[in-house]
Amino acid sequence: MSEVREVRLTVNGKSYQGRCEPRKLLVDFVREDLGLTGTHIGCEHGICGACTILFNGEAARSCLMFAVQAQGAELVTVEGLAKGDELHPLQQAFHEHHALQCGFCTPGMLIAALDFLATNPAPTEDEIREGISSVLCRCTGYVNIVKAVAAAAETMRAANAPKLGA
Amino acid sequence: MKPAKFEYHTPASVDEALAILGRYDGEARVLAGGQSLVPMMNFRLAMPRAIVDLNRIAELAYIGGDGDVVRIGSMTRQRRLEFEPLVAAKLPLLRQALRWVGHLPTRSRGTIGGSIAHADPSAEIPMVLQALEGEIVARGPQGERRIAAQDLFHAALTTSLAPLEIITEVRLPAMPPRTAYAVEEFARRKGDFAIAAVAVMLVRDGERCTKARLATAGVAPASIRLRDAEAVLEQKGLSEAAITEAADKAMTEVDPVSDLNGSAEYRRHLTGVLTRRAVLKAIAPAT
Repeated sequence: MSEVREVRLTVNGKSYQGRCEPRKLLVDFVREDLGLTGTHIGCEHGICGACTILFNGEAARSCLMFAVQAQGAELVTVEGLAKGDELHPLQQAFHEHHALQCGFCTPGMLIAALDFLATNPAPTEDEIREGISSVLCRCTGYVNIVKAVAAAAETMRAANAPKLGA
Repeated sequence: MKPAKFEYHTPASVDEALAILGRYDGEARVLAGGQSLVPMMNFRLAMPRAIVDLNRIAELAYIGGDGDVVRIGSMTRQRRLEFEPLVAAKLPLLRQALRWVGHLPTRSRGTIGGSIAHADPSAEIPMVLQALEGEIVARGPQGERRIAAQDLFHAALTTSLAPLEIITEVRLPAMPPRTAYAVEEFARRKGDFAIAAVAVMLVRDGERCTKARLATAGVAPASIRLRDAEAVLEQKGLSEAAITEAADKAMTEVDPVSDLNGSAEYRRHLTGVLTRRAVLKAIAPAT
């Protein structure tokens, strides 16, 4: 008999708490207990990347962590990207460049790209390909995803650039 | 699939972790970054009675150095090492190899000690430990001991660590300035398991090579040093002929297996190709 633990954490800036067995994977906790089903679960062994979330600010596979390990942690999931009706620059770029078809990998792809651009704001095409290689997509052939990440990088750089005369 | 039930412990210190491990008499597993253990648990290839999670032990995550040796706490994340200036300055071979360790999202969680303890035959960090002749510090019921890289890796997923020992620190000798180094790897996708990889560290004195260290991943039951190839370079220097001879030697030193990703012969061939490429890349003039 395995005990049930209480887990308190922050997801997309909002406090949550739930109770689960230690063996519950973080991705299942986020989807089933917190009701945030934007994060998808694919392979359950760390290969496909669909479940990628930000864990304390860094991208991580939520199928390779137990929910109890997230006690006190801050998560960002795909639901945390848009501000109301305003899409995040990455989401906008994916939309404009047709960077998704079935959409299953997209939550992981967006979060992985967000973290990648945080570490490399001005990537080359090769670097983008390596940066998104942690998430598998079976529809697009990746070409439009690479274009979208490049476009989003430019938008995000412009938004972060110091204003002239400021 | 989902993991089987287990009892979960979050010790706050190494002493506490060792005490808990002792209570389970070998039926508990230590959880570091979880990037290998958790998939095995999800597949129920591993069904430990208890998990001793080291992620709350702050004293195990650090990077420090006193001149000649860089000391890295076993729970230091691979990602932190990747972006750490001290690693870039003193252990550039480790930094280069880290780019081949999984992907950024797995390096966020994966630890240096976890990778070494897991001892996957294709893992890059054990290869770096071998090439740099590093050592680990392990603590167990009998106290603390140091284990040199060459005495650590026995076979696939098998080290000389005792069941109740925990790696607490990884010690890597700082690479002298102007040490030539390179990592060459072949994998189906960057971040996938290495089909073959070679790490090279060379200390040169004019035309001579005073010290050559070559280590592998993916081509033997555990990471091994290519000692015959090292001897060729140390005796004959870094001429085209010597590099070719070293690469040929390397092919005879490895003990690869066949699997879905490649035959044993293919891996043996790759060992020669990658040895040659790694040495040439290491000694190429900076661009």
